[in-house]
Amino acid sequence: MMKQDWKKHDSEVRPGMFIEGKWHKKKYLIKKKLGAGAIGSVYLCDVNGRPAALKISDNSTSMTVEVNVLKSLEKVQGTRLGPYLLDVDDWASPLGAKYSFYVMEYLKGEPLGAFIQQQGKEWLGVFMLQLLEDLNKLHQSGWVFGDLKTENLMVIQTPPRLRWVDVGGTTQIGRAIKEYTEFYDRGYWGMGTRKAEPSYDLFAFVMVFLHVYYPKRFEKGANPEATLMRKINEVKALTPYRHVLKKALIGKYTSSADMKRELIQLLQRVQHHKQTQTRTQSRKKTKSTKPVAMEIGGLTFLAVGYYLLSLLL
Amino acid sequence: MKKGTIKQILLITDGCSNKGEDPAATAALANQQGITVNVIGIMEDTHTEETEGLQEVEEIAQSGGGVSQLVYKQSLSQTVQMVTKQAMTQTLQGFVNKELKQILGSEQSMEDLDPEKRGEIMEVVEDMGETCDLEVLVLVDTSASMHDKLETVKEALIDLSLSLNARIGRNRFSIFSFPGKRKDMEKVFDWSPRLDSISTIFPKLTSGGITPTGPAIREAMYQFGKKTLLRSFRDDEAGLEEA
Repeated sequence: MMKQDWKKHDSEVRPGMFIEGKWHKKKYLIKKKLGAGAIGSVYLCDVNGRPAALKISDNSTSMTVEVNVLKSLEKVQGTRLGPYLLDVDDWASPLGAKYSFYVMEYLKGEPLGAFIQQQGKEWLGVFMLQLLEDLNKLHQSGWVFGDLKTENLMVIQTPPRLRWVDVGGTTQIGRAIKEYTEFYDRGYWGMGTRKAEPSYDLFAFVMVFLHVYYPKRFEKGANPEATLMRKINEVKALTPYRHVLKKALIGKYTSSADMKRELIQLLQRVQHHKQTQTRTQSRKKTKSTKPVAMEIGGLTFLAVGYYLLSLLL
Repeated sequence: MKKGTIKQILLITDGCSNKGEDPAATAALANQQGITVNVIGIMEDTHTEETEGLQEVEEIAQSGGGVSQLVYKQSLSQTVQMVTKQAMTQTLQGFVNKELKQILGSEQSMEDLDPEKRGEIMEVVEDMGETCDLEVLVLVDTSASMHDKLETVKEALIDLSLSLNARIGRNRFSIFSFPGKRKDMEKVFDWSPRLDSISTIFPKLTSGGITPTGPAIREAMYQFGKKTLLRSFRDDEAGLEEA
């Protein structure tokens, strides 16, 4: 949409060249381009033999806003929520143009959709709990993610952990959402305001997991809410989580902690259900949903197990 | 500190003006009066970018101190809110830069400060953007070629009010169309904090043949003046209605 913003530096930043900061004098060797967004481009670079990600743009204002967000996320206690910020500086190009850049920790990982496709749907619960845990920490410290979408997340190894790679849309609770993407925005679906509150993120949370199964996204239709509910119903892998996801879509959770609690309860209930079912089954020898229940039960075990593991790390 | 009001004209058009004074000149005039002129040019899917009408889009915004953006119909909603917010930040940054020049000397601007100080100043600019009052007069081109785009424009405007009403500061919107039936410009929707109710008005818009962009911007400028006068009588009432 704002193509003119990154066209300029694209012609000036090339792999193999050094970028030296105007203020802090650090030198970065550009290795390759990792991606481009609305505001700037991100390059893999090398600083003293170690990899890092460097984001550069001629839009100094937006870059400053992003850096402010990264800095405030660092103040959030506990888990590291966004990428770690290493340096913030300006660069005067050989052609005399002024650019702003910042350098952050390089997170190497896989997109959420690709990971689940390869490793299986039993990871869904794990990532849901991880994401809710992180969102809860963020919300507790007075912020909302805002532009929560699959592209801003990544699964890093090992053990697999869902991390946030772009936190540029993070907004203080009570303000107007700074940045959003239509598919993930409840305002676009006519299902709420664009005010920064935890429930805004929880709506986008559901869309993230729907997007895994609808990578090409889908249209609103005449009745957007009905469309969303139908799309959830149509994904078999989401069946165990259906109830919680739907509640989040219609804004029934006011905190991520509430949603997490219900998700864990739901997973446990499914497991309990499975145990009683198996017992009844062995007595009555009736045909039942045993394989499905077993699967869901195992899934719960794995989800809760990995979740606990991720808490320890 | 008393919070100021940001005034913007948002011009939505798909082509070239063909009647009356130069729109860039009237936009400059509006800018002199503290009104920013933003322009969104809607492109046909078949358009090649160098169309002359769309070059005018950039000229108007530049002399109007605002932001311009060419866009296909499909991404109008996101563009409208982005352009409006970007122009707000630009205006506020302009204020801040002026202050900085007074304190630091005429050669200094935000870009000359080190990244840490710039960050602190941007926080102030963001605070102002969130809390200031905003008045947007939307000027919709209803010349014949816009006919099939009006439905999208309507949706984009409802969406804009959704975005801006999430802010802490107060908003006021009004919509005018040009050409009007007898005049250069006609009122479609009077000053109001929300645009949800425009759905019923929009389908009634009829499209005309001429595009008097320049005179319409001039007329729009006067609308701000009129309203300020009126509002000074009704200020308390307006405050209640917001709360």
